[in-house]
Parts: sequence; C-alpha cells; structure tokens
Amino acid sequence: MHKQVKISKGLDINLKGKPALKISQAPRSSKYVVRPTEFYGINPRLSVRVGDHVDAGQPLFYHKYIDKIKFTSPVSGTIEDIIRGERRKILKIVIKADPQDSFKEFKVSDPEQLDKAQILDLLLESGLFATIKQRPYDLIANPEDEPKAIFVSAFDSAPLGVDYSFALKDKMKSFAKGLKALTKLTSGKVYLITDGRKATDFDKMEGVEIIKAFGPHPVGNVSVSVEKFEPISKGDRIWTVNPADVAMIGEFFETGRYNPARNIALAGSKVKEPMYYSIKTGADLSAFLKDKLVDDDVRIISGNVLTGSNITKDQFLNFYDNEVTVIPLGKKPRFMGWLPFIGKNRKGFYKFGFSPKELDLDASLYGEERAFVMNEEYEAVMPLDIYPVHLLKAALLGDVEKMEQLGILEVAPEDFALVDYINSSKIEAQELIRKGLDIMQVEIG
Amino acid sequence: MKVLEKFFNKYEHLFLEGGKYEKWHPAFMALYTFMFTPDATTRKGAHIRDAVDLKRVMFTVVLALIPATLFGMWNVGYQYFTHAQLDFTNMDAFVYGFWKVLPMIVVSYVVGLSIEFYFAVLRGHDVNEGYLVTGLLIPLIMPVTIPLWILAVSVVFAVIIGKEVFGGTGMNIVNPALTARAFAFFAYPTFMSGNEVWIPKPENADAYSGETILGALGQGHHIAYTWKDMFFGTIPGSIGETSVLMILIGAALLLYTRVASWRIMVSGFLGAAIMAFIFNLWGANTLMQFPWWEHLLVGGLAFGVVFMATDPVTAAQTRKGKWIYGFLIGLLAIMIRVFNPAYPEGVMLAILLMNVIAPTIDYYVIQANIKKRMKRLVKQTA
Repeated sequence: MHKQVKISKGLDINLKGKPALKISQAPRSSKYVVRPTEFYGINPRLSVRVGDHVDAGQPLFYHKYIDKIKFTSPVSGTIEDIIRGERRKILKIVIKADPQDSFKEFKVSDPEQLDKAQILDLLLESGLFATIKQRPYDLIANPEDEPKAIFVSAFDSAPLGVDYSFALKDKMKSFAKGLKALTKLTSGKVYLITDGRKATDFDKMEGVEIIKAFGPHPVGNVSVSVEKFEPISKGDRIWTVNPADVAMIGEFFETGRYNPARNIALAGSKVKEPMYYSIKTGADLSAFLKDKLVDDDVRIISGNVLTGSNITKDQFLNFYDNEVTVIPLGKKPRFMGWLPFIGKNRKGFYKFGFSPKELDLDASLYGEERAFVMNEEYEAVMPLDIYPVHLLKAALLGDVEKMEQLGILEVAPEDFALVDYINSSKIEAQELIRKGLDIMQVEIG
Repeated sequence: MKVLEKFFNKYEHLFLEGGKYEKWHPAFMALYTFMFTPDATTRKGAHIRDAVDLKRVMFTVVLALIPATLFGMWNVGYQYFTHAQLDFTNMDAFVYGFWKVLPMIVVSYVVGLSIEFYFAVLRGHDVNEGYLVTGLLIPLIMPVTIPLWILAVSVVFAVIIGKEVFGGTGMNIVNPALTARAFAFFAYPTFMSGNEVWIPKPENADAYSGETILGALGQGHHIAYTWKDMFFGTIPGSIGETSVLMILIGAALLLYTRVASWRIMVSGFLGAAIMAFIFNLWGANTLMQFPWWEHLLVGGLAFGVVFMATDPVTAAQTRKGKWIYGFLIGLLAIMIRVFNPAYPEGVMLAILLMNVIAPTIDYYVIQANIKKRMKRLVKQTA
C-alpha cells in the first residue's frame, strides 16, 4: 500500500502552451556555460584557466569550504572565457564545445555492491553530488551530514510542469539504479513522490517509500510530503534530488560517464510547437530557440513560470532545470488596468481554484508593491502548517527566533511561489523567504 | 488614451529625482497609476502575477457598496417625504436623497484624500488605496443630517489618529471609518443620536418622530415596522445601513471575489443570532423580547459585519482567529444593544473593541502552532 498525501489549499494555474508528449533531439550547441551562482550556498574556487581543455566530467571549480564538492564540465571542450562580476565574483564559465564529446572515464559499478563512502566519493568526484540539495535552507548538501531521509519528487505540479513519467520513460532502469544509490546514502528512508491521479512506472520502484500525491500545486513540492512523513526539526537534514538527476546518477553508474543530457520540456504560449527536447544542461539555447518562438516580445525562463530564472538575455539552460518556458512579456501600461471585470486585463483570478479555460499569462507585475493587506490570500495557497503572513513579516524583520518558531526551517522559497503569484500587495515572498533562510543559516547553521 | 499617456510622459521628468517637483512624485504617481497600471514586469520571484492589485481590491469593495449607497439615497428622500406627508415619486425621493448624500461623499473624499496625499508626499511613499473604501464608508454610517463640518472633522481625526500615526494602510489597529463614527458619536452626541437626526426635518412639521427601531425599543416603545420594512430597508437609520437586501448583494460580490472573509461574516451573524436568541429566552425588556432574527435585520449589524468587521487589516489574521473574532463581534453587538439602551448601536463599539483584541486572538492561535512545533522538537531531541 502506497503512502498518500492530500491537500486542498493551493492553486493549479491552467496555462496555455502545454508540451506535447513527443521528444526530439536538439542540435548540439557550440557553447556551454556553468554558472557557480546557480549552486546556492557555495563559494567557488576555479580549477581551470581560460584556454584549458576539459573532458566531460572534469572539474571546473570546487567549493572553497568543502573542497570535496566539485563541479564538472557538461561537455568536452575548451574554456573560452571566465566572466566575473563585481568584486571578481565568478559569474560564468564558458566552454567552447568539441564536435564530439570525450569523457572522463569513471569506474563502472553497481551501487548495490558499494558502500556509502564509495558512492559518495564517486558522486563527489564526478560532480553529481551537486544535484543533491538539502533542507533546511534549500542549498547544496554537505557530504558529511547524515540525512534523516531523501526525497525525490517525480510530480511536477507547477503550471506547465514537466511530466517526468514521459521525460524519463526510456531511462527507468537508470532511474531505479539511481534510487538504489540514494538508498545507500541515508540510514533513513528514500521517498518518491508521484502523481496520485495516474499510474506510472514510478509506482513500481522498489526499495523506496512511494507517496501518492493528490491536490493542487504545490502538492508536488517536497516540503508538503516532508512535513507529513519526516518533519524537520533543528539539526535535521533532509536531502532532495530531482528525478532527472536520479536517472543521471543511475546512468553514471551504468556507463562510468558524467553526461548531463536530459529531456526538457519547451513550453509556454509563445512557443510555436511546445514539446520535449533532448538537450544538455548548460547548453546555449539562442540558436536552438530562434525559429521556435512566435515572436520576440517574450520572457524566456529556465524552469517553470513560478520558480524559474529569467534567461531572456543570457540564454543558457540552468543546471537544475528540466524545462524552458516562454511567455509573453506584457511590458505595456494598461489604461485603468485595475478595473475589475472589464477588458482583456480581467484574468478571473479573484476566484482561486479551478479555471476551466487555458490562460495566456504574461510577465507583467500588474500593480505596485504595498503593505500586507489581504491576509486571506496567503493562507489560501499555503498547504503547510505555517502562518505565511506572520512568517513573511518575521523574515522581513530578520527576527531569527520568530522565524524559527513559525517554521522557516520547514520551507523552501518555492513553497511561497504561489504567494508571489496571488498576493495583491505584490510582496516578493520567495525573495523574503530566501533572505530569511540565509539569515537563519548564518545564525544557527 | 494615447493623448493622456503622452501627457503623463511629457511631464514625468518634473517629478523625477532632480526635477522641479521631485517632492510631489508620490502625488504624480498616484494620479498616473490611477489612469494607467504601470508597465513594470516581474524582476524576481514568480514570473507571472495575478492581475489583482490593491486598487482592484479596494474598487471591488466600493462596487459592493454601491447598491447600499443608491438605496440609502432613495431612502433619505422616502423617509423625508413620508414624514412630511407629501406626495412623491420614487424619482423624487432619489433625487432629494442624492443631493443630501452627495455633498457628504464629496467632503469625505476630498478631506480624506488630501490628508493621504499630504502624508504620502511628506513621507515620500506611494499613496495607498485604502481610503477609496474608507471615504465611502464614512458617509454611509452617518446620519444624513450631520453638518458637513462635523463630517470633515471626523474624517481628519480618523485618517490621522486612526491610520496615519500607525503608518498608513495595512498598519492601522482599528477600522478608520468606525474611528470617524466613534469620534463624531462621542464628540457631537446630539448630532449623532436621538429621534430627529435620521431624517431631514420637514419644514411643515413642528414635531415628528423619526426614531430608529432600536431607539424606539430602547425606550420601551412599540414599533410599527414589519420585518419586510427591515429587510428591504424602508426604515430610518444611517444612510447605508438600513437595507439588508442591498447589503447582502454587496456581500455576495465580496464573497464571490474573495475580497472579504466568509468566515467573519458567517461567524458574525451566528454570534449575533445566538446572543439574541439567549436574550429572547430571558425576555426581561422590549429589546430582549425583540425576535432574534429581527435583531439581525435592524441597526448597523448587517452593514457592520459585512463591510467593517471584514476589513482585513484590522480583523484577526488567522483562519481560526477569524471565527472567534467574528463570533464575538456578533455576540458583543447584541449584548451592548440590549444592556445599554443609551448606545443602541452596539455594532460600532463591538467591532472597535474586537479590532483591538484581534491581535491577541491571533497571538494565541499562532502560539498554539508554535507550541506544537516546539513539542515535536523536544520529543526528537529527548
């Protein structure tokens, strides 16, 4: 019997541009990029210089404080440029790709036969450890920690979310092997969250606890299941891994190669033909996207519309993302745009919950920031047992004790994405929670 | 629209940093954003946002108040002509009431918004939209005969002491509109209660009785109104409060758009009904004998519970807290009404009192959540 998690608070946003269930091979990009800034919480030290040649899986940089954590090249090629920002902070490492990949070869092994230390060593050496994030604080895990449990969410409930049962359908064996490796990393359980509405290959996975999730977004978020099955207290560590990365870990043990190729969803109302593409993380998307968009007045997002990052200017696929979403930009003033029930501005989101028509939403802010007023909205999209308004206010003030009491250790910024979306005061909730978590980490670690 | 846009663009530089009227930027922005929702796009956080903003929220409340306002205007004329024993048409009644009520609304908005703009410029922050609602609420909860200067003074008091000293919309403790009414009620009681303030005095009558139902009951008088009069609102009272039907239409809009909390409305009426029912059983005086369901129809109860108790800023902020908060408002409103005939209007005091207590209710609700969390923590470490 599978475990279940059911929520009623939340919101499914029915967006236009859902990806069709077919996969096409994206052409190999000439450039790939690795951005240390994507790996939240690390301090990068370079292991390469401009002009060096690297194989796929060869380290580019490592974490200054835990130098075992290495970050490796997705392809083989030559380091073309290392771009730095203010105070010489490394922003991105640009790799000019070879026409054919040469791989750094690791030992092919069966995770079943290895112990925890051996698996960790392999993951750290190949750069795959970077795919493991920890709660609390939502940042890269520390290999020295003993995680209480590991959660993998194969249910992307976000708007235009990735259908992992489709994206990984040819990689189920690798996925199973990846899960095996993860079970070795914790003395606790490994949980796999799946879409409760349908039966998929994920339900057949062995050696893990399967959670069937029912309800609106954010039901697929790890936090919802963590709260129910392995609530986090001070000192606890929970690790989370994305299912595509689990498959990648499995593949690594099968082939001995680090090859971050994955099937990503290209979705959104500004995409001519939304569907899945096989592509590598870090790939330069500008050539790939060129003839696939309806027009230029767009916001290009690596990830989903709620938590992704804006890559309109700098079109590279982020390390953690399995999706590229393109929506209209909507940068125009609207005559009396605040009038309810009138004109095209009417979105009908007064009512939360089910919206039968597919919506074509743009990236307009629709208003200006104000003080907290409509507190009812926040709670309506917060399925966790916390008080969002009070937690946000505590985060705003940087009140460590209050934040801890109100449960900040149980949340990640992504859990507040719907609050960003719904609130009429235009409060940047995800940003506030991120800042709050950063303060907490410095204060109590 | 293009012309208007050009107009704003042309003069914007004067209000930007370094411009001639830099200080007036908030005022400029208030006007501009009223005409045009700015072209800002999301920079961080979620890339898509609901089209709702505070302007839309506040305007929705104003829309919800329109039926009660229009009916109130008509009722002012209706009461006047009936008591003057003149022939009249519905149009006559409305036009008469319109010219009585409109100046009140204009005074309320002009005085209130001037202060809001002044504080925005002074503090260099955006003009908040909260007064759009408050500005209409204040005239609706006043007797129609109130001198405009008292109205203006009440507005000044409410906006400054009730709101701005706390930091503006979103920070205030008590409902500003009720602050205005409470101020007028205690500072100028002769203009706010009695038999003659609810209906404009007919010129041809030396003495007439325009007392409210609650006023009459408080005196132990019998009333000549049926429940239909009370429900449809053809009774004397503050301008917006008389018609329960019109208030319920507004309530429907507020609930449909999820602007107001249904928890507060339901628990408010529930609390009032239960309290009134208990008094019915007791039955020591006319007010106690007054049927419990008619208690829900008269006075400012419906208006208060639907439009004032649900003010999200001053209400309890947690779902559990809202149930308690609303219930106690209903309960206290009827209790004050019955126990103290000198203040037959208990709703105002009940809401103001509960506004003050709401943070305490929330405190205990949240403390329960914190305790649960801490208990888990202790169990884990033990």
